[in-house]
Amino acid sequence: MSLATESQTGSPLQSVLGWLLRNHIWVFLALTVVVFSLASPYFLTVNNIGNILTQGAFIGILAIGMTLVMIDGEIDLSVGAILALASALAIGLQDHMGVWPAVFLGLMSGAALGFVNGTLVALSGMHSFIVTLGGLIGIRGLVFVYSGENALMVQDFSYTEIPEIYIGPISLTAMLFLALALFFQWVLSSTRHGRETYAVGDNIEAAHDAGINVKRHKIINFTICGTLAAVCGILLSMRLGTAEPNAGKIWELWTIIAVVLGGTRLQGGFGSMWMTIGGVLTLAVLRNGLRLLNTPNYVELMVMGGVLVLALVLDKLLNHKGDT
Amino acid sequence: MGQTINGVLRRHGLILAFLVFLGGVALNADAFLTPGNILDVLRQVSITGMMALGVTFVVLTGRLDLSVGSLLTLLTVIVVDQHNIAGPFPAIVMTLLVGVAVGAFNGLLVGFVGLNALIVTLAMLSFLQGLVLFYSGGSNVNVANAQETWFGVFGRGDFLGLPVPVILFLVGAVIAGLVLQFTTFGRRVYGVGGNETASIFSGIDARWTVFWTYVVSGFTTGVAAVIMGSRVMGAQNTIGQGYELTVLAGVILGGTSLLGGSGSIWRTVIGISMLGFIQNGLLLLGFPYYVQWLVTWAVIIIAVWIDLGAKRGRIFA
Repeated sequence: MSLATESQTGSPLQSVLGWLLRNHIWVFLALTVVVFSLASPYFLTVNNIGNILTQGAFIGILAIGMTLVMIDGEIDLSVGAILALASALAIGLQDHMGVWPAVFLGLMSGAALGFVNGTLVALSGMHSFIVTLGGLIGIRGLVFVYSGENALMVQDFSYTEIPEIYIGPISLTAMLFLALALFFQWVLSSTRHGRETYAVGDNIEAAHDAGINVKRHKIINFTICGTLAAVCGILLSMRLGTAEPNAGKIWELWTIIAVVLGGTRLQGGFGSMWMTIGGVLTLAVLRNGLRLLNTPNYVELMVMGGVLVLALVLDKLLNHKGDT
Repeated sequence: MGQTINGVLRRHGLILAFLVFLGGVALNADAFLTPGNILDVLRQVSITGMMALGVTFVVLTGRLDLSVGSLLTLLTVIVVDQHNIAGPFPAIVMTLLVGVAVGAFNGLLVGFVGLNALIVTLAMLSFLQGLVLFYSGGSNVNVANAQETWFGVFGRGDFLGLPVPVILFLVGAVIAGLVLQFTTFGRRVYGVGGNETASIFSGIDARWTVFWTYVVSGFTTGVAAVIMGSRVMGAQNTIGQGYELTVLAGVILGGTSLLGGSGSIWRTVIGISMLGFIQNGLLLLGFPYYVQWLVTWAVIIIAVWIDLGAKRGRIFA
């Protein structure tokens, strides 16, 4: 809520500084880009930037839904499992009904499971951490019940060519991520649903008293989150041509890391898609850059842990609000 | 009348449902409620159970510890590797010390710096997974002289007809339960979890209380790693992956509130045993392995919902 009020006061320079202070992830992103550009000649090339965007887009699409849910003050741990189910259905069903009906059903499975998560949270009053932790375990079970223990292979390989559309170095997957992120930024900043999201996350009692249908609102956001997880799963199945039952395992954790790195807070009421894009890109740049430098993959895991704690400390120091 | 049923449900609903489940499976699978099978289940849950004891302390303060799964991997790798280098006893001491140190670091960041527990322990999960790969170089480790060492006693041994891991788990549970019920520290844990501000005004140093709960969690994970290493006589780099969620599921299933202040050790023991008996029962009934996950999903939702509904006196929020 403070976004709108603070940026309208002061000189343009102050407002730019204010924006950077709130979106400090972009400063950090710029720094990492500079460091990796100096360290590796392959980093700052058009091709590699295209790669980073595509690699980041998968976690990115999950992170969009997660941001909405987290501004609401909730969390969704089941996105990785929903992703796996959608990709299994999209590949498994296309032999029976054709590609697009299968893709559509995959999307619907994500929407339905998101709806179930949201409904359970809204009706029971349980914390979404518990509901979606159950979902994470159970939906993974659904995937295994559907596909057995083996990966499903696509029969018609023209399926894997669907996302092979490029504008310059930017793949369709990356474009979809950016378009979705911009769309939901617009939803957050310029629609009633967006304003309600901040209101519900900021103070749920006050939001209820102000006449917001909090339950319906949360169900909508969980449904969006589930649907986007399915979008991610379908894109992944197109990219790989297979659907592995263990696909997307612990991706929910990477997603939370990306969103929190951006600066969106778990307590709710604060955050934006700009922050999330910044967090997603930072994560993608770190992973890509470290690999280009030929660092063993344990460095990546350790750096990620360190950066995450650093982001929390920075957030606390800069904004004096991260008190949970 | 409604009140009485409500009261019974609230206090014992979970146990009743569990007993119905046990009875149902026992009717359809003769092997289920035999002493041998029960001991097998308890042996299987002793590792997650041991971890859950420590995590219960953390959850009671209203915090989370997601790093225990990665920590279990790291400590199991350490205990097995050091067993080959330094011998069993130094290996165990070292494992417990590393566990305590990692817990202390979590506790420092959450308790004293005041960072969000979920994120800190998530970061620790990632960091420790990296540390495992760094330490092991990516390869699996095995106990070299598995036949001769006494190290096997923790995971494979029997004492007075009971498996040693089960004894460790139960003794650990009793100690943890006594600490929570009868010591100042235990009351502080409930105090901080129930109302942190009020507890600070009552003169409790919430920072130290939170700090020590993470130390306890690191220590119990250390004990679990000793059991694990001893049982497997080796360690892969992913041996504890996902354990943090199983452990948390058990704690939640027992009815300990994630908001803190409400719950207990015996509830955790029940919750984690339920997970074990569900898994075992479904396998004995001939279901595929992964069906247990679907049932766990349903059981978690139903159990927590009933618990919550009984507390507020109506089913829907």
